[in-house]
Amino acid sequence: MTIAEWLETVCADADRRALPQLKPLFETLARSTERLRRADDQRRAPAEATRRP
Amino acid sequence: MTVPAADLRSIAEVSALVARREVSPQHLLERCLARIEAGRHLNAFIAVMADSARREAERAADEIDAGRSRGPLHGIPISIKDLVDVAGTPTTSASAVPALHPETDAPIVRRLRDAGAVLIGKTNLHEFAFGTTTEESSFGMVRNPFDTRRSAGGSSSGAAVALIEGMCYGSIGTDTGGSIRIPSAACGTVGLKPALGELTCEGIVPLSTTCDHVGPMTRTVGDARLMFEALAGSPLPMVANNGPFAFGVPTGYLLERLDPTVRTALSETRRALAAAGHRVRDVQIEGAEITADVYLHIVLPEAAAYHAPLLEQYAELYSPGVRLRLEMGRTILAEDYVRAMQLRGMLIAHVDAALAGCDALLLPALAIPAPVLGESTVTIDGAAEPIRTVMLRLTQLFNVTGHPAIALPSGRTGTGLPLGMQLVGARKGTAQLLAIAAATEAQITGGAGSVGGGTG
Repeated sequence: MTIAEWLETVCADADRRALPQLKPLFETLARSTERLRRADDQRRAPAEATRRP
Repeated sequence: MTVPAADLRSIAEVSALVARREVSPQHLLERCLARIEAGRHLNAFIAVMADSARREAERAADEIDAGRSRGPLHGIPISIKDLVDVAGTPTTSASAVPALHPETDAPIVRRLRDAGAVLIGKTNLHEFAFGTTTEESSFGMVRNPFDTRRSAGGSSSGAAVALIEGMCYGSIGTDTGGSIRIPSAACGTVGLKPALGELTCEGIVPLSTTCDHVGPMTRTVGDARLMFEALAGSPLPMVANNGPFAFGVPTGYLLERLDPTVRTALSETRRALAAAGHRVRDVQIEGAEITADVYLHIVLPEAAAYHAPLLEQYAELYSPGVRLRLEMGRTILAEDYVRAMQLRGMLIAHVDAALAGCDALLLPALAIPAPVLGESTVTIDGAAEPIRTVMLRLTQLFNVTGHPAIALPSGRTGTGLPLGMQLVGARKGTAQLLAIAAATEAQITGGAGSVGGGTG
């Protein structure tokens, strides 16, 4: 699931549950998840590069 | 009102007096109970266990009179964070969510009882230990005795306030992102977060099962060692080493944004250590800038896993902020939790690398002095940041990596607010860390020793 898809899903769920206060928090969390995934991709890149043509 | 110096003695001092029968456990306890009464407005305690504590003090006195000493904690009043099970006393976690009613003690409480400690009461905290200010507690905000408009830190703030106000001689705190070290810095006490897994967290309401730590909060490093040994159930190996030591100060992300008073305190500590013959140099912790992201993707879902059934039943009873953080945790994808756990391994290796060639890392425990209650942001170097983010920045890395860390008081701001430094030791190196902290306590505290009295 992409981060954009995740954000859309959880914001819709927040509306459904009448918890709109969660939406700005989810936006902050989405930015954090982007940084996390980028760091993890960079961590894996050297090892993957030699094994996946 | 200034706390009488006699009420701020160390465990080592009073336990010698108790062992010589110059002071009785009952006298110590009654002094602490009087201090609790005088400081009610600070909200340090959720429950005061005066009746059971009096029975325990009497039993300790009888045993000591009969020549049956249990060691340095025998007859000494100790407080317990109200996240930890004490048999027969509710564990409220500072929440309106129905409390636990444990029939057995947490193992660390059992160890304290075995050591003859007198359990004086349960201290206040940020609800479910999920915050750094105690503004969210069903038992009221804990106020900083140095300025009651300010937070005492968190989440173990009641424990720190109890120490500086003479309400007990040692406290048990827990630390998932800094909850022992942050209030220690905000209040000017010593707080030890041992290595991950060194002390069992069984019988303690979890926040994050892989980042939670429990440990002692005290007035001196020597007392932290005494309490740690009691909690571990065995003496630490003697580390005969008075230095000189090599300290590494992390450059980059961790120290980029500090309140000017904290930056000055760090410079003064560096100078004092160098003047005492220790080596202090800059070190890099690679990847440190990803710490908060890794932490968030581990702690939020782990907290949500524990709280999910409670949220289904009692959502409205949580403080709004705590509830929202837990609800966020329920949405984090398994993929991202696993990625965070893998990055955690990378951070462990990077902290190990920074420690190579050093005996300990040196950095502040808290980037700002105690914040004003009710404020949500703080401005450092012209940029506003959420207070929670700033308060966790210097401590949470070592919850993720599991390295032992100890906070020590380190001077005051111009307005008298305490500041704290932090030493971080090698993994599995708690004994060595305590030895380094003891040998350099005078330099780090500015020669003033440990806790000075707050004002009640």
